[in-house]
Amino acid sequence: MQMPDKKKYFNRNFLYVGTLIATVILIPYFLRNDYYLHVLILIGLHAIIVLGLNLLMGYAGQISLGHAAFYGLGAYTSGILTVVYGFHPVIAALIALLFVGIIAYVVGVPSLKLKGHYLAMATLGFGIIAGIIFNEMKFTASHLDLPMGGPEGITDIPKLYLIKYNLNIDQILSLKLSDITGVSQVVPNLYAFNIVLDNDLKYYYLVWTFTIVILILSSNIINSRVGRALRALHTSETAASTLGVDIQKYKVSVFVISALFASIAGSLYAHFIASVGPSSFGFHKSIMLVVMVVVGGMASIWGSIFGAAVITLLPEVLHVFEDFDIIIYGLILMLILIFLPEGLTRGVIDRVKGRFFK
Amino acid sequence: MKGKKFLLLGFLLIISAGLLVASCEKAPPELTGEPYVIGGIFSVTGRASFLGEPEKKSMELYAEIINSEGGINGHPVEVVIYDDEGDATNSVTLVKKLIEKDNVLAIIGPSLSGNTLSIIPVIEEKEVPLVSCAASVKITQPIKKWVFKTPQTDVMAVEKIYEYLIANNIKKIAIITVANGFGNSGKEQLQLLAPGMDIVIVAEESFGPEDTDMTSQLTVIKGTDAEAIICWGTNPGPAIVAKNIVQLDIKIPLFQSHGVASPKFIDIAGDAANGIILPSGKILVAKELSKSDPQRKVLLNYKKLYEDAFEGSNVSSFGGHAWDAMAMVTEALKVSGTDRALLRDEIEKTTDYIGIHGIFNMSPEDHNGLNKETAFVLLKIEDGKWVIIE
Amino acid sequence: MTFVDQLLQFILSGITQGSIYAIVALGFTIIYNSTEIINFAQGEFVMLGAMFMLTLNITLGLPLPVAFILSVIAVMIIGVLIDIIVISPIKKPTQLSLIIITIGASIFVKGVAMFVWKKDYHAATPFSGEVPISIGPAAITPQALWVIGITGTVLIFLHIFFEYTNTGKGMRACAINPRAASLLGIKVKRMVLISFGLAGALGAIAGIIIAPITFANYNMGLMLGLKGFCGAVIGGLGSVPGAIVGGFALGILESLGAGLISSAYKDAIAFVVLLLVLFMKPTGILGKSESKRV
Repeated sequence: MQMPDKKKYFNRNFLYVGTLIATVILIPYFLRNDYYLHVLILIGLHAIIVLGLNLLMGYAGQISLGHAAFYGLGAYTSGILTVVYGFHPVIAALIALLFVGIIAYVVGVPSLKLKGHYLAMATLGFGIIAGIIFNEMKFTASHLDLPMGGPEGITDIPKLYLIKYNLNIDQILSLKLSDITGVSQVVPNLYAFNIVLDNDLKYYYLVWTFTIVILILSSNIINSRVGRALRALHTSETAASTLGVDIQKYKVSVFVISALFASIAGSLYAHFIASVGPSSFGFHKSIMLVVMVVVGGMASIWGSIFGAAVITLLPEVLHVFEDFDIIIYGLILMLILIFLPEGLTRGVIDRVKGRFFK
Repeated sequence: MKGKKFLLLGFLLIISAGLLVASCEKAPPELTGEPYVIGGIFSVTGRASFLGEPEKKSMELYAEIINSEGGINGHPVEVVIYDDEGDATNSVTLVKKLIEKDNVLAIIGPSLSGNTLSIIPVIEEKEVPLVSCAASVKITQPIKKWVFKTPQTDVMAVEKIYEYLIANNIKKIAIITVANGFGNSGKEQLQLLAPGMDIVIVAEESFGPEDTDMTSQLTVIKGTDAEAIICWGTNPGPAIVAKNIVQLDIKIPLFQSHGVASPKFIDIAGDAANGIILPSGKILVAKELSKSDPQRKVLLNYKKLYEDAFEGSNVSSFGGHAWDAMAMVTEALKVSGTDRALLRDEIEKTTDYIGIHGIFNMSPEDHNGLNKETAFVLLKIEDGKWVIIE
Repeated sequence: MTFVDQLLQFILSGITQGSIYAIVALGFTIIYNSTEIINFAQGEFVMLGAMFMLTLNITLGLPLPVAFILSVIAVMIIGVLIDIIVISPIKKPTQLSLIIITIGASIFVKGVAMFVWKKDYHAATPFSGEVPISIGPAAITPQALWVIGITGTVLIFLHIFFEYTNTGKGMRACAINPRAASLLGIKVKRMVLISFGLAGALGAIAGIIIAPITFANYNMGLMLGLKGFCGAVIGGLGSVPGAIVGGFALGILESLGAGLISSAYKDAIAFVVLLLVLFMKPTGILGKSESKRV
């Protein structure tokens, strides 16, 4: 009975993912401009976090008002390890992942015993504590003239590279070449193995690869046993627990997963912007992430991407209004919740369906 | 129910339409040449709006004046200003927007040091001249090819205060700084310069940018043998510190930073402001400067223009950073035209520009171009008035 | 200054600060009590109170008591309007959508305030001068005594209102069980409306009495709102005495943290304690786990 349904579902999902991949690949051919690519990268980064947050909020029904802290922890760990201690970016990102996972577990275990507003307050408190630590923490290293960190943040974070290896025999080679031809010329460095993501286009593809992988991962989580347990938990915790679902375990796992996603986004952010500062990971950012989930649509994977896109683009569009942009921003938020409480994706689809399939 | 909703919708739409009209009232310039576009990124809203607001106004005012005087070689100046809301991520997005979408020749701002430091990699990569309005020494030391800044570094302000302390035989001080970029930079310099001048910092306290009571920190300071208190912050914190000091009956002298050098400080701190000593740009005491001071005329002119153009707002020292930046960039544009590399070279050649915050002499070794003699004067507040004490 | 003298001053400073948080926390409690909504716009009510007071008292020169009452009424109306325009049209309210919509409302209100009153900080006139009052070796400003006194008065009024008036009893009933309350003939919608009006008025009073201490600008609401929310949770969400106890506890904690441990981390210390309270006794110091009582 269930099989055909499931198959159909998967086919449709493949179609969607395929369309997304095609769009991601094609967009740069139309938007050849670093500014647009930059905004698209930000959307990708936000989408990664929002996918995780949506697992937590939409599927497991738990509120987090402190997710920017995990984003920031990922970014800061990557930044500090690469700049102050000279780690390879990939290793730094993996350490960040481990670190954020542990923090999320430690915070999650006691927090997720709380419900509703108490959980909201606990996560908010955690976010504010992390923000204060970002603002106060300082690092000194022998190769730095002044201590790094504090309100000015960590700067000079290297571009993300996979391999940067130079045999240093290009000198000899170029010498030979000019000897032979009699013309001194710049020769491409043949004996250096560089895979560096040094421009926005490469980075765009990298970030969106991550976004799509995480999208598929999230969709698998939802359709697995864990996902069903989560939904049971969201509908009624009491019912779920009587059916033998270990609620606490599932809640904490989802919380940790969502923190890990945020950490990945954070590491990617650090190497993209090349600096991390406390102003980017405060209470406002946490709220913005929650708004993305709600605007995109709770318990909707595609809504996460959509929510991230809309809320990231909105300020760019609203710059026209100068100082009034914050008024309009508040207005739009209220209007969406009043008129499309299910989020933009659901809300719009439902309306269209309601009109044509009555 | 439904009717109510649509009523609401209509109401909201009217508001939005009104705002749209209100924000689009700028008249286009009438000059014929291709406009020279200069970008600006300031923290116009958010925590640092006290910086961004006057900077934005000054930049717009400067462009308006230069256009009314015939522009630059017949080309009108067009300014495109974005608000980063104090968030460094926004600054990076906006700097790319200015370069890629608005195709600006040079960029002025951001207002904050952290935000300036985050956009430097983009500036260096895209090779666009940047004149920052943020103070941190890290911006121009070491020298970055495309990056300049107009504000005085905190070193100069700290030196001014320390010199006064030594002259008055004060050796032990307590510092209380705000926990943001401004306070942090001040704290670093206060700590760095103290040993060299034989000054001992006996207490280090800090407060949050939105804190409303500092009596606890000041009680700790009161318990030490400090002979003076130096407070480094921007409104409203330092005004609360001043009031709390009166409340706790602390008798030792209070020094403030140039971060509160605006009439607003006296306005909100009231009687508690009296007796406070602080380093400041000369703009606050333009009238009192000696007639021979070359900056006097420039300052009075800026003050008059600003206060005429923006009724009800007092000139502060922060707007001057953007004003000086605009002056140097437009001066360089006269020679360079639309060539960014040439523009950069011309900005670096700026000599003897008499600005709001001192006399600028840029060079390949110095991308700030100020010295402490012209940048700061030491002021004392007496009966709600600024008095020069040198 | 001996250590004991310092300690006395820390506690006195903490009480001053705490009374501010307590009165903000009360606003949260009123709305939560009758609707279970966490109103993130509460901080903006505080800001509006302070700004209206400044305009009426200083710019227009109205006498202090008149300006006080007019400001409270103005913000009360805004509170009611927020309920009518923003909260009540929501079809299927969930905790989360209500949180977000109050955040939307607070962003909107803040934006309008920035437009109307600009970005500058303003100083309000203290009610009775600025000569500090000495209590032994420590000192307190007269305005702080006003804050403490008015917070106490408000507490007494709220107690009488909830315990002895029909409206107050009705609001409590709505909180415990809205459906049962409506079956008993209580108009739930009206109770929500009244609670928003009341929260607006409380916020306004808070803003008016603290403006001479903290200075006022359009952005003052956020941090105060967060601290007030924090205080309300520490004391026990939904409990009026809890809000007062929580607010004072938070204030004293911050002040002791700043004085004895580290001023840079004082907010962090306060929030760590909040987390500990939540983890150990989630319902707060005075909250009861089962039925809610006022």
